[in-house]
Amino acid sequence: MATQTPIAMTTDQAAKTHRLFFDVLHDWLTTVDHKKIGIMYIAYALFFLVVGGFEALLMRIQLAIPNNTFVSPQAFNRLFTMHGSTMVFFVGMPILFGFGNYLVPLMIGARDMAFPRLNAFSFWISAFGGILLYFSYLGGDGLYGAGSAPDVGWFAYAPLTARVFSPGHSTDYWTLALLLSGIGSIGTALNIVTTTICMRCPGMKLNRMPLLVWLYLVTSAMVFVAVSPLTAAQIMLMLDRYLGAHFFDTQAGGSAVLWMHFFWIFGHPEVYILVLPAFAFANEIIPVFSRKAVFGYPAMVAATIGIGFISLSVWAHHMFTVGLGAYGNTFFTFATMIIAVPTGIKIFNWLATLWGGKIQFTVAMMFSVGFLFQFLIAGLTGIMLSASPFDWQLGNSYFVVAHFHYVLVGAILFMIFAAFYYWYPKMSGRMLSEKMGKWHFWLFLIGFHLTFDFMHIPGILGMPRRVYTYEADRGWAIWNMIVSSGAIFQAAASLLFVYNLIWSYFKGKVAGPDPWDAWTLEWSTTSPPPAYNFAVTPTVESRRPLWDLKHPEDPDSNYEM
Amino acid sequence: MSETAAMTHTTTEEWKLPSRGVVGMACLIVAEAAIFIIFVVAYVYYLGKSISGPKPHDVLELPVISTVCLLSSSITVHFAGSALHSGKRGLCSIWLALTVLLGGIFLAGTAQEWYQLIYRDGLTIQTNLFGTTFYSLVGLHASHVIVGLLMLSLALIFSLRGQLTARHSERLEVLSLYWHFVDAVWVVVFLVVYVFGR
Repeated sequence: MATQTPIAMTTDQAAKTHRLFFDVLHDWLTTVDHKKIGIMYIAYALFFLVVGGFEALLMRIQLAIPNNTFVSPQAFNRLFTMHGSTMVFFVGMPILFGFGNYLVPLMIGARDMAFPRLNAFSFWISAFGGILLYFSYLGGDGLYGAGSAPDVGWFAYAPLTARVFSPGHSTDYWTLALLLSGIGSIGTALNIVTTTICMRCPGMKLNRMPLLVWLYLVTSAMVFVAVSPLTAAQIMLMLDRYLGAHFFDTQAGGSAVLWMHFFWIFGHPEVYILVLPAFAFANEIIPVFSRKAVFGYPAMVAATIGIGFISLSVWAHHMFTVGLGAYGNTFFTFATMIIAVPTGIKIFNWLATLWGGKIQFTVAMMFSVGFLFQFLIAGLTGIMLSASPFDWQLGNSYFVVAHFHYVLVGAILFMIFAAFYYWYPKMSGRMLSEKMGKWHFWLFLIGFHLTFDFMHIPGILGMPRRVYTYEADRGWAIWNMIVSSGAIFQAAASLLFVYNLIWSYFKGKVAGPDPWDAWTLEWSTTSPPPAYNFAVTPTVESRRPLWDLKHPEDPDSNYEM
Repeated sequence: MSETAAMTHTTTEEWKLPSRGVVGMACLIVAEAAIFIIFVVAYVYYLGKSISGPKPHDVLELPVISTVCLLSSSITVHFAGSALHSGKRGLCSIWLALTVLLGGIFLAGTAQEWYQLIYRDGLTIQTNLFGTTFYSLVGLHASHVIVGLLMLSLALIFSLRGQLTARHSERLEVLSLYWHFVDAVWVVVFLVVYVFGR
């Protein structure tokens, strides 16, 4: 008997290593576990982040010096189209849904999302959309020999997208890719809303949910009313291109401006769909590293819902230069300015959370503080552009490009990095290296400010966006050189970050269940959590259940109403 | 595991949350409604902007019978749900069959209308802006009717084979929510296209 056991064990081991790769692959391809799907979303978004960043680098090399011919004009058009579409639809959306998928069920004490199979479907259809978009580089030529990847810009204004002006299949790849990504987004948003409403653990009333969950609830609700119009507009564009319909065909009386309206009815709420999850991360990270409960929880929730509603009525500030008439200009100028009020409430609440706290400058906190400053500046240039006369002057210039990259990179990407440093220990069981993280932070901060602070200036000097190159005597050359040099710092920082992710997975310090001494439910389970999340469904009595547990003499439930 | 925080697990009060199916379907309906709103806006925006005929007034007729059928099917599907809820499975099959029949009549009505428009009046999606917006809006609705009919037919098959029991009444309720939505959209389409837009 004693000799038999080791033999059985060795055969078992051999079989295990033999089948290991396919087992793991099969496991990930067929999983319906919200944590695995979340990680797949994040990995997929990181891949496209590198691709989209590479495209940005190529464009910056092209623009670094005047009269450059590093890439052809046709390739440049494809680059900015693919960069924009990739970053919004295949980086921004999936990375935020990835964190949402991973965190929302854990934070509300649930074992999975409400519809696990729909969750897997949404991920795979979004993933397919991204692959389809990039397949256009190979398959876009078709029989036409007319361009490969889409080159119509990420908002694809009519009538450029008409068959006459965009022959071949490149625009169709763009349309179909976005349509698929939109279906995936709606599926995941539906899942997050249903999970939040129907799967909360006992005691997790709406006013006890972590703010992150609240913000994901609002974001997801916005996805229904914002992404669906894009889906509708893409269906119309496909009917135009394939069946000869006339929605955006100006020669048959159709309207190019209608496309603009439909696109920006999606496009502007989309900005808030992307930024609200960044706020959500700040709402979790800033209190923990200030060692204080978040200031003004009800005001935060109200401001979030306010932003959600107001953001639906500001879309035409993207169209001031079209000519909306006096009433349109006035309405959209005011609506856009008013959205600064709830956003300002949030900034003041974060400052009040920091105020008097015992601030711990971990890398996650450093990125959060960077976010606070940069988001403020991004908001201020936003107020400038919201004034329609100012917008007539600077619309479609590099000032606008600098403004929205300040939001997308300075605010959203900074908070995504913070979220990685904060939740990576929960997802992998290992800490990210703080030393590499600090290098990453400072390099990225320097690169970011070199690029996007100085990008405002050529915009004010009249440099239009999307130009392939420029003359040497325009006075833009020195600014473009600075902007491009900043891109190198950002690229180096991003590579260091990816290296940190991989290195820490194998060599990082073991995290334990609760490395930050935090207060929300995801830290009450092991790192990484088991497939079922919680062995027994937890019960909560306040907004900070783990604080109550660690401080039974002074629980939060004594103070919350 | 030993170092993880042990959460308390005492349930003091009863904890009841809404049904997942109903909330999920409500979300889907909101998203679908947004799609329809965009198509309705396009229809209204392009009313009277066609630069060639035919115009809506020349070719459209009020689809009274189909409308009555589709709206009645909302009532029959509701009765099917109630019957299943109270365990009358035979009655449920009858109501479901009636719903599928009424929905089928509606689809046949649309098919006949389109046939006439295409072959008698020469109106296709390529003809003018009216054709473009009409076929896409009505077609989008009709495609929702088809999806609904497929699901209702599945429910009917399950019901006839005796596999549909009172346990499934919530699922049938979710399906009937979708069907009510399809009907409500038709009310809007009917008013916009056939009443005010004509």
